Amino acid sequence: MMPKKLMQILGLSSLMACAAVVVGLLGIILFDMTGKGVQVLSWEFLASFPHKGMTQGGIFPAIFGTVAITLLSTLLAAPLGIACAVWLAEYAPNHAFTRLVQASIRNLAGVPSIVYGLFGLAIFVEGLHMGMSVLASGCTLALLTLPSVITTTEEALRRVPVLYREGALALGATKWETMRSVVLPAAVPGILTGVILALSRAAGETAPILFTGVVFYSRFLPYSVFDEFMALPYHLYILSTQHHEPDIARPLAYGTALVLLVLVLALNLVAFIVRAKQR
Amino acid sequence: MRRRMFWDRLFERIFAGSALVAVLTLAGIFVLLIINAMQAFGTLSIRHFFSNTPWNPSAYEIPTFGIGALLSGTILTTFGAMALAVPVGIGTAFFLSEIASVRMRNLLKPAVEMLAAVPSVVIGFTGIVLVGPFLARLFDLPNGLNALNGSILLAVMALPTIVSVAEDAIHAVPHTYKEASYALGANKWETLIRVTLPACYSGIVAAVMLGMGRAVGETMTVLMATGNATAFPDSMFSSVRTITATVAIEMGEVPSNTPHYYILFACALVLFLITLAVNVGAEHLASRLRKRGQ
Repeated sequence: MMPKKLMQILGLSSLMACAAVVVGLLGIILFDMTGKGVQVLSWEFLASFPHKGMTQGGIFPAIFGTVAITLLSTLLAAPLGIACAVWLAEYAPNHAFTRLVQASIRNLAGVPSIVYGLFGLAIFVEGLHMGMSVLASGCTLALLTLPSVITTTEEALRRVPVLYREGALALGATKWETMRSVVLPAAVPGILTGVILALSRAAGETAPILFTGVVFYSRFLPYSVFDEFMALPYHLYILSTQHHEPDIARPLAYGTALVLLVLVLALNLVAFIVRAKQR
Repeated sequence: MRRRMFWDRLFERIFAGSALVAVLTLAGIFVLLIINAMQAFGTLSIRHFFSNTPWNPSAYEIPTFGIGALLSGTILTTFGAMALAVPVGIGTAFFLSEIASVRMRNLLKPAVEMLAAVPSVVIGFTGIVLVGPFLARLFDLPNGLNALNGSILLAVMALPTIVSVAEDAIHAVPHTYKEASYALGANKWETLIRVTLPACYSGIVAAVMLGMGRAVGETMTVLMATGNATAFPDSMFSSVRTITATVAIEMGEVPSNTPHYYILFACALVLFLITLAVNVGAEHLASRLRKRGQ
């Protein structure tokens, strides 16, 4: 009987160790980034332009650029993604085209972000003559986040009880009226969660914007959607790998990493709260 | 009434049209990669591309393009990452769904989600400032930017995917299976290994494959942490360059419509096909599990 019990103890504690590793990894990342990033954080760091070859000054244009492309991409992806999810959850008949749509969405979610970057370069930057711009990057990021917006919205719609729909239809509403005034409002928290998570995903991505609009330094903020921009993830990449004096740039890199991390995790926290309130 | 029916029809069309966008995007990516890659194979033979020709696009006399070294960089870092992430990820998934108390679950699940949310460039940065120096000291290397570093970081990137997909699979195993096992006198561990694990095996494999897809396609972490030498790697301590990193480094510098430009599209096509195969395979396994579950 003894070895049986011993095996159980060993086995279960090794599973616990695995979970501890996962939490530990997150802890190490957060601890290191926060500990060293906080030292350079200041109002000046957040609100001024970098100067002296990025060894001094702040990251304001990078924050601005990231916020701009993130908002733009979500503005594009949300209506499209929600509409697609409504079709899948409410209208789609069970036939080949529906399965094709579902398979496309699943596979789009697995396409590497760098491939989206090339697609954006060929289609938006060159094909549609948007040039390296906020618009081209926003469109590329919109396509990247589309699958996750669709999936979360579809789930949210499927959680709305059938009774709601039947009630509205019985009162003589058309299907669209039922959607607009009953089903979609009921699914808002779930949809919102998905959209916020898409924001967070778009804010942290680097590869898709590499060839579609991001630059490592710009003296001006983008005036219009056709201008180039700086972005937090790319700024971090440049400071940590391409800078000629890595030791001087290191603290600034930590600061940038912390700002990016806080932005992304704050969005996740908001999504988490919206979801928790819904239950 | 007629007006209301008009709006009803219009919106149905709009919704269906949006669904079409998803299909068109995937098809568009595929067609675009093929068209551009075809241009590359006008000047370069496919055999040459896949043989052990070195990757030397900026050679003074004749540039050579062989994807072999890059592909082995991708394979080496990905398998290294899987060797680390698979046991830890599956262990965590089992812990979450079979052992953890509700309170612990409520703490652990957000932690896994937070790890998934950490941007890849931040993970890459930890490769430079934490993992690299650590490896250099541990193995007495001049610097820690090598395949092993990339593998460790990719493992971190793949972990959340593996944990959440595997957990769903474990969760789908019917309670009756476990109860029958307990009734026969098996303890928790025996039930887990001999009953639950075999029952959700295909779901676990799907989780591993999706994690692998994630690792193969990851760009920034490997770009920052593996050292980016284009030679064939000898070991986990070699500096390697993956396909993703190559595209990221070189695409920004090549002029459009040159052979080099098209060859980078060919590299991306290889990447796309690998991830597509992995995802289709994972979905096939997952759907088999769903069918059996019903």
